[in-house]
Amino acid sequence: MGFEKFLFYVFAAITVFAAGMVVTRRNSVHAVLYLVLAFVSSAALWLLIEAEFLGIVLVLVYVGAVMVLFLFVVMMLDVEIAALQAQFIKHLPVGLVIAGLMLFNLFLVLGPSNFGLDVIAKPAGQPAGYSNTSVLGQELYTIYVYQFEIAAVILLVAIVAAIRLTLRRRPDTKYIDPAEQVKVKKGPDRVRLVSMSAEQTPRPPLAAAPTSGDKEMAQ
Amino acid sequence: MNFQAIDLFTLLPELVVLITACTVLIADLYLPKEERDNNQLITFAGLAAALAAVGVVGLSFGSEPTLAFGGAFIRDPMSDLLKGAVLVVTLLAFAYSARYMREREMWVGEFHVLVLFALLGIMVMISANGFLTMYLGLELLALCLYALVAFNRDSGAGAEAAMKYFVLGALGSGMLLYGVSMIYGATGAIGFEAVAAAVAADGMDNKILVFGLVFVLIGIAFKFGAVPFHMWIPDVYQGAPAPVALFLSSAPKVAAFAMAARILVDALPALSADWSEILIILSVLSMGIGNVVAIAQSNIKRMLGYSTISHVGFIFLGLLAGSSEGYAAAMFYAVAYALMAAGAFGVLVMISHQGFEAENLDDLKGLGERDPWLAAMMTMVMFSMAGVPPLVGFMAKLLVLQAIIDIGLVWLALVAVAFSIVGAFYYLRVVKMIYFDKPEIDAPVDGTRDARIAVSINGLSMLVLGMFPAALLSLCQAAFVA
Repeated sequence: MGFEKFLFYVFAAITVFAAGMVVTRRNSVHAVLYLVLAFVSSAALWLLIEAEFLGIVLVLVYVGAVMVLFLFVVMMLDVEIAALQAQFIKHLPVGLVIAGLMLFNLFLVLGPSNFGLDVIAKPAGQPAGYSNTSVLGQELYTIYVYQFEIAAVILLVAIVAAIRLTLRRRPDTKYIDPAEQVKVKKGPDRVRLVSMSAEQTPRPPLAAAPTSGDKEMAQ
Repeated sequence: MNFQAIDLFTLLPELVVLITACTVLIADLYLPKEERDNNQLITFAGLAAALAAVGVVGLSFGSEPTLAFGGAFIRDPMSDLLKGAVLVVTLLAFAYSARYMREREMWVGEFHVLVLFALLGIMVMISANGFLTMYLGLELLALCLYALVAFNRDSGAGAEAAMKYFVLGALGSGMLLYGVSMIYGATGAIGFEAVAAAVAADGMDNKILVFGLVFVLIGIAFKFGAVPFHMWIPDVYQGAPAPVALFLSSAPKVAAFAMAARILVDALPALSADWSEILIILSVLSMGIGNVVAIAQSNIKRMLGYSTISHVGFIFLGLLAGSSEGYAAAMFYAVAYALMAAGAFGVLVMISHQGFEAENLDDLKGLGERDPWLAAMMTMVMFSMAGVPPLVGFMAKLLVLQAIIDIGLVWLALVAVAFSIVGAFYYLRVVKMIYFDKPEIDAPVDGTRDARIAVSINGLSMLVLGMFPAALLSLCQAAFVA
């Protein structure tokens, strides 16, 4: 018990520290990296409460895929950080006072008097061969099938919304339609000779080309 | 859990809406451009079918609550009535917005799809019988609304409004989830009956429970837009395209009512002494700030935003009464408000036209000369919002006030009446502008048949429901028979 408790406090402290750094870092790439740290340490917290599957998925999906993608996006964005920082500092005193009051309140309610092990007993651990992955799968597709389907609809909405908000048809892009390419025939499609007169492009004015100035004057 | 086919029948209205949305999504992809108007036909047919499905399911199960999917889904008289109401409001919203959105090249498949999915989210919330289902429905609704607010991609105001809505909405959801996690920690359950049983056994001694309740209430107040969690409402209404503001101000308020009723009345009735005290504060603040600040607005969308806030205060009055009459009155108010808001924004949508947004109060000047019928309908809606008899707004206010006088809170009733008199000023100012001011603009008013039918139904429903409230009221009372 003692060592588990120690591990919990270590990872909890790392999570809180990393979360604090996420919102205070000037450099947004650093902020994203701290967010990764926060995710990893919360995955460790999940392992401690025997939610192994969730912990692993958090590392694999969020840290491994989502955050890496996010890092790319953040690197490409040019965010005006100084302006954001100024607002942050301006409201800091008020925020600190409110946060302090909230923390005090939270401590009164969530402190040891209401949340100690003597108030809420520690749940019994699972036996050795227990796999919470298979249990999760079974529960998800039987008891929680309705909620699971709604979650699927939410993902569909996210796709539709993202496409609607970002996809624009741009007429100026050099876009080649493969269907048109495949349909090309040997005859008039590939090569077509057109006779046309030489094009007369208006020359730039005198100052632009001093060496050939005289000729242009004559024209 | 043993899954039964009858569960799917109970779910029929939701399934119809889901299938309609997916059909529009696919049809929009394959229909040639000139036949895209069929989207509208599919949507109308789907909504009508869903309305019929609500009726069929409601009649076949009667007044007994029906559970499905292992208790995650509940169908009862309250869910039937509220689903019917949101379906009607959504039908009206589609009828109003067609011309406006077409002129701005926003009458595309995605608009139908997102509104239908938002409707699905509302229906899931109305029928939720546990915190998990409620939260998923809420997120489904909210995601669609964020995208809809930013639907006009070229509008900076729209993007700003969507951003504000998204950040504050996510914060509200976070508060709600935190509260739910506390309640789950204290009771060990997320189903509403199980939570209610555990809370009844534990009573109010459990501090964690009360702590969780506070956060859940903050979440509910965020979604309703009650003071002091109201800051997003005026900005979002102003920035969103008018038809989106129409939808946003009407149907989701019914969903918010359902959420409050399910969580507070179904799951946490044992804590009613705690939550009714909090609701009194929220309600007085909402009525006060909503009505007073609305007077200073020159933008009519912002004015209607603040008026929403004040109406939310009235809905809370009914809920905090804690009696079945009070709940029924609040439900009547929520349905009536959804119709009133749809009417008010509907008229704004109709008098906007290509390159011109009806946003300012001045744009309504002289509407009586430009279009007498539309002016009459707008007047009806405004009188109803102000609470003038014999319109439905009066009945709604009367029922709510009666409920709180019955529990002895006469001072609260007096405060409510005083603030609604303050509110009458800005509603009547609109009527004065419509009839007694010279028109400043001479633009055509929407002449499409669908919108005309919608506004006539909407305006006349104020009168009909106000003079014959018995039918709707008995349905509301049937929902809360103890």
